[in-house]
Amino acid sequence: MMRYRLAVFSRATAAILGGYALASAAAACLAIWLPLRRPDAVVTAQMLSFVFYACGVIWVFATRNAWRAWAGVLLPSALLGGLFAIGRAMGAA
Amino acid sequence: MKAKGEKAQGEEGLRQSMSWLHTWSGLIFGWVLFAMFLTGTLAFFRPEITSWMQPEIQTRPAPAAQSVAAAQRYLSEHASDATRWFITPPSDREPLIQLLYQSPKPKPGERGFVRVKLDPATGEAVTARQTRGGDFFYRFHFELETAFPWGRWLASIAGMFMLVAIISGVITHKKIFTDFFTFRPRKGGQRAWMDGHNALSVLGLPFHLMITFSGLVLFMAMLMPAGILAVYENPRQYSDDVFKAFKIAPARNEPAPLVPLAPLVAQAQEHWQGRVGRVTVNHPGDAGATVTLVRDAADGVSYGRLAPYMRFDGVTGALQEGEDELSATVRTAGVITGLHLGLFAEPLLRWLYFLVSLAGTGMVGTGLVLWIAKRRQKARPGAREAFSLRLVDALNAGTVAGLFISVAAFFWANRLLPADMPGRQLWETRAFFAVWGLSLVYAFLFQHRKWRDLLAAAAATLALVPVINALTTSRHLGVSLPAGDWVMAGFDLTCLAGALLLAWMARKAARAAKAPAKGRPAARPVAKPAVQQAVQSVAQSDMGPRQGAYEPRGDTP
Repeated sequence: MMRYRLAVFSRATAAILGGYALASAAAACLAIWLPLRRPDAVVTAQMLSFVFYACGVIWVFATRNAWRAWAGVLLPSALLGGLFAIGRAMGAA
Repeated sequence: MKAKGEKAQGEEGLRQSMSWLHTWSGLIFGWVLFAMFLTGTLAFFRPEITSWMQPEIQTRPAPAAQSVAAAQRYLSEHASDATRWFITPPSDREPLIQLLYQSPKPKPGERGFVRVKLDPATGEAVTARQTRGGDFFYRFHFELETAFPWGRWLASIAGMFMLVAIISGVITHKKIFTDFFTFRPRKGGQRAWMDGHNALSVLGLPFHLMITFSGLVLFMAMLMPAGILAVYENPRQYSDDVFKAFKIAPARNEPAPLVPLAPLVAQAQEHWQGRVGRVTVNHPGDAGATVTLVRDAADGVSYGRLAPYMRFDGVTGALQEGEDELSATVRTAGVITGLHLGLFAEPLLRWLYFLVSLAGTGMVGTGLVLWIAKRRQKARPGAREAFSLRLVDALNAGTVAGLFISVAAFFWANRLLPADMPGRQLWETRAFFAVWGLSLVYAFLFQHRKWRDLLAAAAATLALVPVINALTTSRHLGVSLPAGDWVMAGFDLTCLAGALLLAWMARKAARAAKAPAKGRPAARPVAKPAVQQAVQSVAQSDMGPRQGAYEPRGDTP
């Protein structure tokens, strides 16, 4: 029972916090890289970030084990965050 | 159910895990979401509810330019030192001129906004009973009467759970279209609730998805600052860039008379061939004053939050800047938020909004009840019910049925409290919450009769709203119907229709409460031949809906 509860807790954390990290990273990355005027890029990025969030949550609960759940939100977050950092360093904004 | 995560594979495994996600993401904020859906549904009729709640105001809207001139007269007399004026001219739905101004020296802890309503006929402030009117439902819908910004965060988190619940619900659903046409109320128990839940959800699925997503989009600057901070130095720059109509220039601190506003309104109306929704004056009486006109939200779907605007110099009246066509992206965001607010909707569409949104309320309500129905089905017969079941069931009854009583109590308080009582709008709100609290207490105390009693109370209190209106005002159905006063009559008739619906539900609940006592023991030996069962179910079908409740069934809907 305890194991089960921990598993649920782990997935819920991955979904809520990991999902938010994924959404934030996606928003930042899109805001800086989308080839649009600055306000347009930001508005698009922010609206899409909720789609990323939802997809992240679905992934966390749909996948086979907790490792894949965590990796599935954290790796893309890191990737998108890295792309954002590159864009920022290049002064793309 | 999560342990299955290891072995669950393929499509069936996905469906099971999504079913789990749907169940729990829906339940956790279920009661908050029910309250948000119900108050949001009512908020589509915000000005109409306000009109009903101030029956002493009977006035007709005046043309915008004339109204703005009256507003300018009033404000330069009463609020010449304010830093900002907001003037909303009358519309078909809101016959009064609405003013809002920000006083330069607010009391500590206040933002210093003062609200006034003017009668367009006289240009004087109207004196009517103090009430929050439809604004109460509108505000509660996204702020939950909690301090800024916590209420908005809570509502948004609930909204995100809703979004997840909708998506996982759709994935769970094998036969989304077939199931829509399946309704088996006679099967009783979990099946009936399931079918009802499916029908209400699928019927309005595009609406539910739209309203949930757009609700998040409305608050995205608060919820998702990462996108803004990635490319802007601060959120202010972003809002100046996107919400240009709200941009504020600093004052020059030299006095200069304000230009007459009415000709500017006429100029904008001519230019847009449309209506002016709001006039904002920054630093009135200063040489740096600006006048910003925004097109009316009713003129276009996307104008709810992001409408075309024109900005004039506040001293010379020269056009400084403006935008008639917003960029495609901003217009898309405008459509998404505009669809949520529904300010563009004409009466017929507005009623559709109301009804589909009510279906959404029903979706949340039936979902909450389904949680109980499913677990009760699995429980050992005769065993004492688990605490979690009793807790959820009481919260369900106290909220799903109780909130309707609260809404009725809010309207009762509006009519029964003395019209000149100081702070009466606070007592209206207190009546709402006190009755909700009492309903919850009742639901916890009376396990077996809570649904029947609370639903009956909701039906009775709502049915009495038009009666109390007739006893306390001269604008009751006997007057409003012949006069074609559709705001007053529509409100009273909607209360009666709601009371009928609740009475029907109360009757169902009363039968369901009786049925287990007689029906369950008879139905318990399940292993009957199929034919016999079929015959029995035909025989039972005339006796009431709750009987054949016990049949083995799978987990997936």
